[in-house]
Amino acid sequence: MKVNVTVNGRAYERDVEPRTLLAYFLREDLGLTGTHVGCDTSSCGCCVVVLDGDRAVKSCTMFAVAADGHEITTVEGLEQNGVLHPLQQAFWDSHGLQCGYCTPGMMMTLVAFLKQNPKPDKHEIREAISGNLCRCTGYQNIVKAAEQAAAELSKAAEPQTAGVK
Amino acid sequence: MFPAAFDYLQAHSADEALAALAQHGGDARVLAGGQSLIPAMRFRLAQPAILLDINPIAELAYMREGDGFLEIGACERDAALEVSPIIASRYHLIADASKLVADPVVRQSGTVVGSLCHNDPAGDWPTVALASRAQLTIRNSKGSRTVAADDFFVDSFSTAVADGEMAFSVRFPTPSGRTSGSYQKIERKVGDFATASAAVQLTLADDGTIRDAGIAIGAVGPKATRVAAAEALLNGQKPTRDLIRAAAEEAKKIADPSPDQRGSAEYKREMAGVLVARGLVASLGRLGVKGEA
Repeated sequence: MKVNVTVNGRAYERDVEPRTLLAYFLREDLGLTGTHVGCDTSSCGCCVVVLDGDRAVKSCTMFAVAADGHEITTVEGLEQNGVLHPLQQAFWDSHGLQCGYCTPGMMMTLVAFLKQNPKPDKHEIREAISGNLCRCTGYQNIVKAAEQAAAELSKAAEPQTAGVK
Repeated sequence: MFPAAFDYLQAHSADEALAALAQHGGDARVLAGGQSLIPAMRFRLAQPAILLDINPIAELAYMREGDGFLEIGACERDAALEVSPIIASRYHLIADASKLVADPVVRQSGTVVGSLCHNDPAGDWPTVALASRAQLTIRNSKGSRTVAADDFFVDSFSTAVADGEMAFSVRFPTPSGRTSGSYQKIERKVGDFATASAAVQLTLADDGTIRDAGIAIGAVGPKATRVAAAEALLNGQKPTRDLIRAAAEEAKKIADPSPDQRGSAEYKREMAGVLVARGLVASLGRLGVKGEA
């Protein structure tokens, strides 16, 4: 079955089996391995990508064919022209990752969340990532990074979020 | 874990969906948010020959209040309920549950109607629908019918929706007068299936007696269950601590839990009672009744 999707601003057309899950489509058909597969059962949040700019979805729990005609942003789409996205920079600055396995899902969940709630408090950030498991950091530095990114993004407003429409 | 192969169809209108269901009958499953169905397919617990994706039907993603109901369409996602000012102000039971379904990312895809149709024994929305006296609108290519929540949930993972039919919306009666509610749930972690849950909705009469009590428990039996005996105890009475305790006992009597890694049957039965009591106290607190309760 034909699928036409725009991923990180680039249009792709591929022929896939309907049962192909979006996570595997991104990783294996498009070679975008930044999207990780953790639990593979919709529980851990490693595979989160952003659909149509503001909706976080677990890509292990969506079929690639259902993404036909939609825009997807993966972690690879965050950096623009060699400049890290404020969330990436904040994760770096605050040491918001250790092994890095959950990080793409954390960041994509937060990309959508900060669109919906640009000035969250600590508690709201913790709520927002409550479906994303991290086994290394204890979450403290992830929350710190999210706070830094929120401040940065609301200061910079529109231009910095280009590509993550 | 990949699902068994299936044919994928998209419906772009209600008529298209109903025509496809009329043609394929029981071979087809409807895909809305997919947050329960897709995992079930991955575990091969569901192996539909045809998957009918209704997400493109934009007009089914709605929530509107009128004619004495809050109506939620089949494509409206849980996340929309969470931020709805109407729900926050008047539908306290729904507001509570909307923050506790699965996890925040799942709620951006999952739908209320889809959850009702999936009818997982540990699902949140069936319990809420029973306690708040919801109704479902079911259609096929020939017509439409309305089914009360009491008659909708047939057994674990099975509902009144027949082959060739689709649930189009759920309608929650708009609370009148002094009404509040509360949803209580024990889960090991965010996103886990409930260990036990309880939904409570209370309307008080002018004299402070309970005019209408709605109570249901979830995850402690083959399906969400109304605790009619507790409702009967409460109706017409002034809320007291003893009455709440007696209502909780009725929930424990009707609970029929299975032991699993979340707890023993004994523990879950106990929790069904505890959660009903907590739900009653919370609802009364929201209605400004503290004192004896």
